[in-house]
Amino acid sequence: MSASKKVHVTTSINGESYDFLCEPRHSLLEVLRDNLGLTGAKEGCNNGNCGACTVLLNGRPVDSCLVLGVEVDDAEIETVEGIACSNNLHPVQECFLEGAALQCGICTPGFLVASKALLDKDPHASEETIRFDLSGNLCRCTGYDKIVRAVQAAGQQMSAEA
Amino acid sequence: MKEFDYVAPDSVPEVVAVLSEHGDRAKLLAGGTDIIVQLREGLREADVVVDIKKIDEVTSFKYCDENGLALGAAVACYNLYEHPELSKLYGALADSTHIIGGWQIQSRASVGGNLCNASPAADSIPSLIALNAMAVVAGPNGERTVAVEEFCTGPGRNALENGEFLVSIQIPAQCNRSGSAYERFIPRNEMDIAVVGAGSWVKLAEDGTIAAARIGLGAVAATPLYAAAASESLLGKAPTEENLATAGELAKQIATPISDMRGTDEYRTHLVGVLVQRTLTTAVERAQSS
Ligand code: FES
Ligand code: FES
Repeated sequence: MSASKKVHVTTSINGESYDFLCEPRHSLLEVLRDNLGLTGAKEGCNNGNCGACTVLLNGRPVDSCLVLGVEVDDAEIETVEGIACSNNLHPVQECFLEGAALQCGICTPGFLVASKALLDKDPHASEETIRFDLSGNLCRCTGYDKIVRAVQAAGQQMSAEA
Repeated sequence: MKEFDYVAPDSVPEVVAVLSEHGDRAKLLAGGTDIIVQLREGLREADVVVDIKKIDEVTSFKYCDENGLALGAAVACYNLYEHPELSKLYGALADSTHIIGGWQIQSRASVGGNLCNASPAADSIPSLIALNAMAVVAGPNGERTVAVEEFCTGPGRNALENGEFLVSIQIPAQCNRSGSAYERFIPRNEMDIAVVGAGSWVKLAEDGTIAAARIGLGAVAATPLYAAAASESLLGKAPTEENLATAGELAKQIATPISDMRGTDEYRTHLVGVLVQRTLTTAVERAQSS
């Protein structure tokens, strides 16, 4: 088989339009990190277990290591880079910092994206819901309790601001 | 990952044409949560990856009282458990789709993909069996249907022939007094593979006895199973604890599980009895309140 041709893809990332060429075998995670210089999403396992690569694809959290770059033509993507509003961190980011919900930080971008999506759906989510919905995000450092508390605190802030 | 070409046809015949041309060097892409891992890890190889998500009947679902639910093969899991009506009508499927992987996986993975991947431990298949679903398959000779319990032919193998693919899953309409449920046993709370899974469906008669029942089992044989004798034992019976437990005992008789790191043969067989009784109990409760 001849070498695969590169495919032209147009997509929106954090509200900006992007054009790129990619090989069909390249994952969205590889495209983001290697072609577009958006290195916020992290590669942990590269097989859908850890959630470090979580981004929103048309509003839903997905593991970007399990999406092909060619699949996102015409899609809307949000990455951790788009969470803060100019110089202001999002409440979920503030609360992770204040609550020391990270140590090495490799899992953090994925947790932030998933947590924000969860709180946008329901800022009053129960501890049980938070733990269930974040079960696709693994952290080997914190033991999760601080993460869950940070998400709860962010939810309170978000509903107070709303 | 090895190189491959990518095509995204917008009609069923075009997919069939690509599949017929490339045979098993063509691999279908729906949610990608299994195939992308398999391609990356070299467990499967492809010259061409065929994305089926540009085809309306593959990506949409619709319910009508006459024919039930036509569930496109690439419809992602969350569509079922987030849907207020469908999650009630098809409780077992809502239960299954809510525990396949985590949230990120559920945004992409489809019931059709779970079926085609044909894992003995797939969480959606016992539910599909319980709900008496049919696989709608398109191929070079047109369309055919396959009962879900006959679709898987071995671990990772299915009944699809060269050039064929799963277009949708047809699930019978639900009436008042029917209900279904799925449960699996795993040692963790979530994000794990079933040690045993059981799906149950019941329909109650007006007097509250069981008019029809179907039980599906996962992870206890090379393919998911329909527990015929257990299901039939319930006909005409009152849904008492004793009768549901008897069905659980009968279901144990068809289980031929392996022993592995997840559990021994004996442990799994015991779990069949427990999970069948539990899912029947929930199915009956849901039927009574539907
Ligand atoms: S890197 Fe994608 S889930 Fe781990
Ligand atoms: S902070 Fe290190 S993995 Fe989560």
